[in-house]
Amino acid sequence: MNYPVIVDVTLREGIADPEGATIERALPALGFVGVSHMRAGKSFRMDIDAESESAALEKAAALAERLLSNPVIENASARSGAKG
Amino acid sequence: MTIGVVVFPGSNCEYDALVAVQSLGVDAEFIWHTSTDVEGFDGVILPGGFAHGDYLRPGALARFSPVMEAVAAFASSGGAVLGICNGFQVLTEAGLLPGALQKNIGLTFLCQPTTLIVQSTSSVLTRGATKGQELVVPINHFSGAYTCDDATFASLEAHDQIVLRYKENPNGSRGDIAGVCNVEGNVVGLMPHPERAMSTLLGSDDGRILLEGFVRAPVGAR
Repeated sequence: MNYPVIVDVTLREGIADPEGATIERALPALGFVGVSHMRAGKSFRMDIDAESESAALEKAAALAERLLSNPVIENASARSGAKG
Repeated sequence: MTIGVVVFPGSNCEYDALVAVQSLGVDAEFIWHTSTDVEGFDGVILPGGFAHGDYLRPGALARFSPVMEAVAAFASSGGAVLGICNGFQVLTEAGLLPGALQKNIGLTFLCQPTTLIVQSTSSVLTRGATKGQELVVPINHFSGAYTCDDATFASLEAHDQIVLRYKENPNGSRGDIAGVCNVEGNVVGLMPHPERAMSTLLGSDDGRILLEGFVRAPVGAR
């Protein structure tokens, strides 16, 4: 069966994020105040053919670790993409 | 003596690297990224550009090009490997060099001459230079901010693996790092482009000092 999965890739804690910082700095000029700790990241959507949802998530976590993220600077996590 | 210059789809400095090496009187040939061996080459250069479009992250897809397994085997047998700019990003993604390259601080694409200070002369790239020597070499990158964790940074310093530092940090690199090598010194990566600093007519010929070191004695830096 095909399971929809979403993988989120974010920079590890302590790794500088110039993109997030730039976005955060732009917000007050647009009238959005009180927004802090902005971090930019990426998300990937895919369908994974597997026996169960947990097997699909496991597969997603493995491919996220190997290709979608660089573990030196990024964390990756997989979650269900099923629409609740 | 023949130097191989790896060409990925999206490389764009391969001719610069090839001609720079040839101008030193050394044979050089291209190696297409689907090659599964680097036999017959005395040194391998991964040139600058945007391998595989830099999709996902610079170097993330290039590290899985078939040639990279051969490059890794060549490196572990002591072969001289040089990654320039995008080639440096590929080497870090492949785990052949520590750390990672992130987007420049300020999110600016930088294309300018930089002054580098030689930190270590025990890499294949810097063996012809002297410690503390200043070299003018251009940079041309968006993701050139060298990043690593504290333990890696301490290890780089302890093993004399910081090869070149910027005199004035242009991109937010940790420790002003412009280039690093592996513990053995035979694998080197740097963001600046020595192949574009081969003639004073074009601003600097300091790149010759680096590339001459690389092509003259490619094997067994330490």
